[in-house]
Amino acid sequence: MKRTVGALLRKELLVELRTLESVPGMSLFAVTTFVVFHFALNKSSVEGDLAAGILWVTLLFAAILGANRLFVADADQGGFDGFLLAPVDRSAMLAAKVITMLAYLVVLELVAVPAFALLLLGAPLGPALGNLVVTLALADIGIAVIGTLVGAMAVQTRARDLLGPLLALPLLVPIVIGGARATAPLLVATHSSGPAARWLLTLGLYDLVFGLIAYALFDFLLED
Amino acid sequence: MYGRGLRSLSILTVAAMALALSLVFFYAPLEAEQGFLQKIFYLHVPLAIIALCGFVLGGLLAVMHLRTRDSRWDMRSYVVIHMSLIFAVGTLITGSIWAKGSWGHWWVWNEPTLVSFLIVFLLYATYQPLRFAIEDPERQARYASVFAITAGAFVPMNFLAVRLSSAYLHPRVLGSTSNLPGSMALTFLVSLIAMALLFATMCKYELTAKHTRAQVRALRRLLSGEDGAPAPRGRSAVPSTSGPMTTPAAGRTSL
Repeated sequence: MKRTVGALLRKELLVELRTLESVPGMSLFAVTTFVVFHFALNKSSVEGDLAAGILWVTLLFAAILGANRLFVADADQGGFDGFLLAPVDRSAMLAAKVITMLAYLVVLELVAVPAFALLLLGAPLGPALGNLVVTLALADIGIAVIGTLVGAMAVQTRARDLLGPLLALPLLVPIVIGGARATAPLLVATHSSGPAARWLLTLGLYDLVFGLIAYALFDFLLED
Repeated sequence: MYGRGLRSLSILTVAAMALALSLVFFYAPLEAEQGFLQKIFYLHVPLAIIALCGFVLGGLLAVMHLRTRDSRWDMRSYVVIHMSLIFAVGTLITGSIWAKGSWGHWWVWNEPTLVSFLIVFLLYATYQPLRFAIEDPERQARYASVFAITAGAFVPMNFLAVRLSSAYLHPRVLGSTSNLPGSMALTFLVSLIAMALLFATMCKYELTAKHTRAQVRALRRLLSGEDGAPAPRGRSAVPSTSGPMTTPAAGRTSL
């Protein structure tokens, strides 16, 4: 299992490194969205709830963009067939894709969060960084799991690019609630407290529940 | 075989609904603060409870489908989710009316139950487009089941997150039936049972209709010769009813 996941993961990252299809697009999308927000809101700096909202909406849409592309190569170029022919555990693909998606999200956030701090954020990011990283990490796991599950589902449908976001958005609402509420107190000029523990707990519970569900159901999306 | 008991169930439902409505209007006392408006509670809350239970039930039926690979479970899951969606629309409309009456706005964002319900509704609204976008009937059924299970687990998770996120404003009649005076509790209980019966009846009607249509189609195909008319199946969001029960022979015995 570990070797299979390793091999699949290497293949995923190698494909992404050679084609550069997803991550640059996601990062560019996020930065452009910040610019759009600047003009749409007519604000040159934001704080608190508004800042958290902009950050999470942008990250969410960029993540959905990536999740939509996650299985396209496998569906179009026979990756699924090759994998199904191999005598390996099907869950390996889920694990590899979730880790791939996580890697995409980490790179996306490495670009988007500094860009956000530079372009829009009115408060200093430095003191909040530790808590922000914890919140982002917990949310990323949930986004990666749902992104993988929905991506695998949507890639086999006719309206592939339409159905992915349509399925993913409502499913990710709890992540937005938890993430935005947890980060809002961090993104103010004089923040004193960390994120409330209940939001981190919500995110953790979400990750756990949907991790188990994805593990139980992913096999059914693959067989043909 | 699907139609068996349909008539008695329908009559029972009509009787229960009539009883529930007459209790609501003539027996249950007027609530002190909200007055007549509070009576929508006997419609809104049962609708919401049945719709949510229906969504979760759809997920459980989908589990059965994935375990047995019997397309009948998929059909049941589809019908239950379809009906729950209709009940959910009813819930949102009655909830809106209630919100307008008690708070003066058609939509209230810091009202967690209503907001959760909207999110759940938006998620399930993609169920039919998902089915519609997959042509292969077997794969359509499989993917729909995966969706139904994921969404069924999402329902409680979402309620938890939304409830945490907002101050509690919902009239506290929902979670605390024990605080209700006896006459109100009785009325509520009868309304809930009537609504559950209505749900069951409508599901049964839809199942019977789908089954009958499949039988008619199979018989027509038989009449026009085996290879005469191909099944008029285009793009469809409705589960296919292939399998032993729709073959003409099986159809004849049950007609």
